[in-house]
Amino acid sequence: MKEPLLRIGCAAGFSGDRVDAAAPVVEALIAAGGPSVLIFETLAERTLALAQLARRGNPEGGYEPLLDDLLRPVLARCLQAGIRIVSNFGAANPVGAARRIHALARELGLPPLRIAVVEGDDLSLPDRRSLWEGAATGLQVVSANAYLGAEAIADALLAGAQIVVCGRVADPSLTVGPALAHYRWRRDDWDRLARATMAGHLLECGAQVSGGYYADPGFKDVPGLATLGYPIAEIDADGHCTITKPPGTGGRIDEHTVKEQLLYEVHDPQAYLTPDVVADLGEAEVTQTGPDRVRLSGVRGHPRPATLKVNVCHATGWLAEGEISYAGARAEARARLAAQVLRERLRGLGPLRVDLIGVSSIFGDDEGQWLDAQALGEARDVRLRVALRHADQASAERLPREVTALYTCGPAGGGGVRTALRPRLGTVSCLVPREQVRATHRFIEEAA
Amino acid sequence: MSAPTIRVPLHRLAHGRTGDKGDRSNISVIAWHPVFWPLLVAQVTEEAVARQFAHRRPALVRRHLLPRLQAMNFVIDAVLDGGVNDALNLDSHGKALSFLLLDLVVEVPAQHAALLIGAD
Repeated sequence: MKEPLLRIGCAAGFSGDRVDAAAPVVEALIAAGGPSVLIFETLAERTLALAQLARRGNPEGGYEPLLDDLLRPVLARCLQAGIRIVSNFGAANPVGAARRIHALARELGLPPLRIAVVEGDDLSLPDRRSLWEGAATGLQVVSANAYLGAEAIADALLAGAQIVVCGRVADPSLTVGPALAHYRWRRDDWDRLARATMAGHLLECGAQVSGGYYADPGFKDVPGLATLGYPIAEIDADGHCTITKPPGTGGRIDEHTVKEQLLYEVHDPQAYLTPDVVADLGEAEVTQTGPDRVRLSGVRGHPRPATLKVNVCHATGWLAEGEISYAGARAEARARLAAQVLRERLRGLGPLRVDLIGVSSIFGDDEGQWLDAQALGEARDVRLRVALRHADQASAERLPREVTALYTCGPAGGGGVRTALRPRLGTVSCLVPREQVRATHRFIEEAA
Repeated sequence: MSAPTIRVPLHRLAHGRTGDKGDRSNISVIAWHPVFWPLLVAQVTEEAVARQFAHRRPALVRRHLLPRLQAMNFVIDAVLDGGVNDALNLDSHGKALSFLLLDLVVEVPAQHAALLIGAD
């Protein structure tokens, strides 16, 4: 029997994405009919370490802080329409997130839910540490997580989960899992897995494929940026996909928006590594097949890597920043003089990064060569910004104090001092044999 | 005699997006028109990109070509001041770096000027 086409809508591309994105996606999935899944991708490289720290402060926390805001508007509609939800919003505490979703469903008067969590990614547990400890010798480790693949997600869906809550899984696996379950592909069907992986890759950054992060007035015009439609992938039985978006929403989907997202955070396009497959874009093609409809084809697959990537996050001291503004006549000269004062006062603390916002603050380098190479200009509205890192908090605190002292000791007219001192997190990555990491799913019952 | 050419910034021929993993940046360069593709291949080389980012001291610049997409992908190592965890840069992901690459000046046959987009 031929399976009906699977639609997967994506309603978040990172933690902190728009929480009103999901509703139009869900309505479009319902209007299209047929089997469909809603995904939320909410974990960036460091999000898990922050979640781990949050969980230390509150054992019930450590999952996506916007979980309620993301789900509340669409949960009832999804359940009524049989749309399943797959997300990594479990972060450092998938079980906590599952319990919270049960509570939310109860608040909304919904019937009990079948919620599965995917586990096995957290390698910070005592019996798992030996897998990566060699790569983290001497580090103050905050979290260690393996990037899991799609199989446990697929298994959970096949076992009847309405909602699958994951922690660290590879972003495209949020899409591959539902496709794998729906079409019951062989788990070594590399071409199909690679195609679904690239469909997932196109979805995983939310609106980035539908005109978000694309607009450049006069060069790349995008209608309705304030009301961007988030993407929907129509994935066929061979894994090929067409990317589209809900009717009536802003944004655009054309071959150019799709190409930008296709290569986003890809290194060797002929070997895009995920836990599920090695995807090969060498012969990939994108074709516009209608308004806001683009088909991706030509993706090939190769056997999946024998190892899984593990990210170990660790505390690395402090980041200190300070800013002050100068305006009017000779503003740039006064800002440069203030920077000179700070360099002298903070000498010995380590390299001081100097930016002159309004002159050079992004393309420059830590050594300041780029800035020094620019002759003193006539900028009349300049914000000096300095930053340094230090292992020791008390030393790092000297920067905010010195910037504040510019109020009375620095050049004329400086104003609007703001300072910040933040703990820094570093990451080291290593590879572990995949058979050493066991991804599993289990159902979380509603708390009594 | 060679045909007359004009010199324009790359952003009139191509667009792109930056991604990051650790201290490694990847920047796509995508042709707006098929006629520009061979020009990009010939002129937007690893060496040219290394020069454009010289002040950031990249350890390595590698170019991957995708002729069917009329796109190329640059992978630039150690160009992010340490990357999102370590960078003192305000743009610690290096998200803006595609626009530094797109400032590269390229030579275009004058006969194709009408196909360029935008203005300098």
